[in-house]
Amino acid sequence: MKEVVVISGKGGTGKTSIVASFAALAKNAVLADCDVDAADLHLILNPDVKRTTDFSGGKLASIMTDKCIGCGRCEDVCHFDAATFDGPGNDVVEKTYTIDPISCEGCGVCVHFCPVDAIEFKEAVNGQWFVSETRFGPMVHARLGIAQENSGKLVSLIRKEAKRIATEQNSDLIIVDGSPGLGCPVIASITGADRVLVVTEPTLSGRHDLDRVIELTKHFNIPTAICINKWDINPSIAAEIRDAAHSRNLQIAGEIAYDPAVTKAQIAAKSGVEYSNGRLKGQIVSLWESVLGVL
Amino acid sequence: MRIAVTSTGESLISEVDPRFGRAAFFIVCDTDTMDFVAIENENVAGGAAGIGSAKRVIDEGVEAVLTGNCGPNAQRTLDAAGVKLYIGVTGTVAEAVEHFKSGTLTIAEGPNVPSHFGMDK
Amino acid sequence: MLDNFVVAIASGKGGTGKTTVATNLASAACDSGHKVQYLDCDVEEPNGHIFLRPQIAASRQVTIDVPQVDTEKCTACGQCGQICQYGAIVCIKDNVLTFEQLCHACGGCFRVCPDDAITPKPLEIGTLACGKAGAIEFVSGQLNIGHVRTPTLIKEVKRHIHPECLAIIDVPPGTSCPVVEALKDTDFVLLVTEPTPFGLNDLKLAVELVRELSLPFAVVINRYDVGNEKVEEYCEAEGIRVAARLPDDRRIAELYSSGKMIVRELPEYRNCFVDLVGAMEAHR
Repeated sequence: MKEVVVISGKGGTGKTSIVASFAALAKNAVLADCDVDAADLHLILNPDVKRTTDFSGGKLASIMTDKCIGCGRCEDVCHFDAATFDGPGNDVVEKTYTIDPISCEGCGVCVHFCPVDAIEFKEAVNGQWFVSETRFGPMVHARLGIAQENSGKLVSLIRKEAKRIATEQNSDLIIVDGSPGLGCPVIASITGADRVLVVTEPTLSGRHDLDRVIELTKHFNIPTAICINKWDINPSIAAEIRDAAHSRNLQIAGEIAYDPAVTKAQIAAKSGVEYSNGRLKGQIVSLWESVLGVL
Repeated sequence: MRIAVTSTGESLISEVDPRFGRAAFFIVCDTDTMDFVAIENENVAGGAAGIGSAKRVIDEGVEAVLTGNCGPNAQRTLDAAGVKLYIGVTGTVAEAVEHFKSGTLTIAEGPNVPSHFGMDK
Repeated sequence: MLDNFVVAIASGKGGTGKTTVATNLASAACDSGHKVQYLDCDVEEPNGHIFLRPQIAASRQVTIDVPQVDTEKCTACGQCGQICQYGAIVCIKDNVLTFEQLCHACGGCFRVCPDDAITPKPLEIGTLACGKAGAIEFVSGQLNIGHVRTPTLIKEVKRHIHPECLAIIDVPPGTSCPVVEALKDTDFVLLVTEPTPFGLNDLKLAVELVRELSLPFAVVINRYDVGNEKVEEYCEAEGIRVAARLPDDRRIAELYSSGKMIVRELPEYRNCFVDLVGAMEAHR
C-alpha cells in the first residue's frame, strides 16, 4: 500500500481538482482530504457520511460568571488579550470578566492564577472529522471550525484513519489532498508519504512558493514530483520551472494546459477525467500514470 | 531490566517501528522474564510527540529504549532521565531484545533524524 | 480622502486574487492622492513584494520570549512543566528541558516559578521588512519555516499601521487563527472570490468568519464571467454587496504570472480599482 500526497504551496493552483481526477482513475484507493481549513474535495466526490467524530485540538478557558469577583487577574496575566471586563454582574459584583473564545489560545494561565477558581478549562470542540463513502471508495475528511488553530493535529488524525481503513480493506493506495502553505498542517500532510506531487503554476508567485515547498519536502526526505498546471499562461516561467526541476533531480510528472473544461467539470460536480474526453483527460491520465509509475 | 521497544504491533513478533515519537506502540518488557505489555502510543497526532512519547516511556520506568530513529526533542528528554537510547534497530521486537541482551546494538550519540520525521505512517 | 481607515483583503479560498486586488487597490488609491500603506500579512507565503517591488529600507528579526532556566535557582518543583500546554518546558526527574519551537509565549512558566529561576530569552520567529514602493509605504512579514507563531508575526506587522493612512492588509487565505489576527480591528473587509463551486463554498466560510468578528464587508468577484450564477445569487440572498467584478481576462492572468500590475499595464482596468476605493469611501 502506497501513499501519495498532493500539495501546492500557493493556493489556487488546481491541487484539489487534480486529486478528484486521481480518485476517479485509481482502482482500490482510500481518499483523505487534509485541506481542513477550506475543504473542497467533497464538492466533487459527494461523500455519504457514515461516521462523524468531534475533534478537539486543545482547551478553552471560560469564566463562571457567578463565581467571578471582578479582580482582573485574568486580564493581567493573559498574553492574548482574551479576557475583558465586559461580563454581566452577579451577587457579589456589578461587572465580571469574560473570555473571548476566539482569542483564547488555551494556555491555561488565567485558570491557574484566578484566586477564586472561577475559570473552567475544558476540551474545546474545534471541528469534526468524517468517514464517508464515495463513488470512488472510502473518504476521510474534516471541517475545522472557523477561527481555529490549524496545528496539523486534525490532519494527522485524518491520515491515521485513512491508513487504518486502507489496511482493513486491503487498498493499494491512499491519495491525500494536502494543505496549502508551508506550516504545520502541510508537514502533517506529507511526512511518511511515499511520494509528494507539488502542483504549481507558471507565475512568479507560484515559482517563489514552489522553491519554499521543495525545501520542505527535501527536509523530510520525501521523493517529490512536480506538475505544472496552466503551463501555457506563461511558457517562459514554465520553462524555468522545468529547468529548476531538472537541476534538482525532481521529476516533472506532467503538464496541464489551461482549460475552461476544469471549471465546467467542477460545476457539474465531476472530476476533470469524468467530464472531459479530450486534451484535458489525456494530460491528467498521463500525469497519473507518471505518478503511479514511480510508486 | 525494563526496556521499551517501538513496535508496529502489540506482540513480540511485531516488527520494530522505525520511529520513536510517532511509533504505533511501545512494547515495555522485562528482559529477564520476557513479560511484556503493549502500550498504544497516544502521541501519534499533534505536536510535541517526541516529548510526549519520551515522558510516557520514562513513566514506565524503563532503563533503555530500542528504536529505528529518534528526533532531537525525544532524545534530549530521554537523556535527561538517564534512559539509554539504541537506534538502527530492525527485525521483530523479540529479535531486538535478543540483540540488546547480547550487546550488539548501537547506542545513539545524538538524534539521527530531524524533528517531525515519523509523522503519519 | 480615506485616512485612518484599515481595509483587509481576504478570501476563504487561496488563489482567488487577494494579492492582485490588494496591490492594485493600493496603487490606484495612491495615484488618486491617498496616503497608502500596504501590509503583507500572508507571512507564510508573502507575495506582495513581487508586484509592488518595494525598496526595503529596514528589515529586522521578530522575536518572542521563550523560557531560559537557571539551574542554580531551580528546585525541580515541576510547576512550569505542569502549566505548559505545549510541551515547550518539561520536567524530567531533576532536569527542566525547554523546547523553544513549541513555545506559544503565554508567559505561564515565568509567572508560576516560585524560585525566580526562569528568565526570558528572545527566539527569532520571522522577519519584518519596511520600505517604499513608489509613494506606497510597504510592510511585510515572512515567517521562518517550522515556527508556530504566525499570529504573533502578523500582529507585529500590523503595529506599523499609521493612523493618517489608508492601510491595506493582504490577509492569508482560509479562516484559521492567523486570518483572525489579520482581520481583527480592521474597518472593512473585501472578500475576494470566484464564481465556482469551490469559490462559493469557501466564500461562505469567510462570510461566517467576518460576521463572527462583526466586521463590515463586501465581496469582489474575480473572473466573474466563468463559472455560474450561484455566487451572485448567494450575495443577493444574504444582502451582501458586490463591490467589484473583474472579468476572466487571460491578459490579467498573464500579467499576474509575470508579477506585473494591472493598473499599470491595462489602464482600462484602472477605473475598476479607483471605483473600489470610491466604494469604500462611500461605506465610510
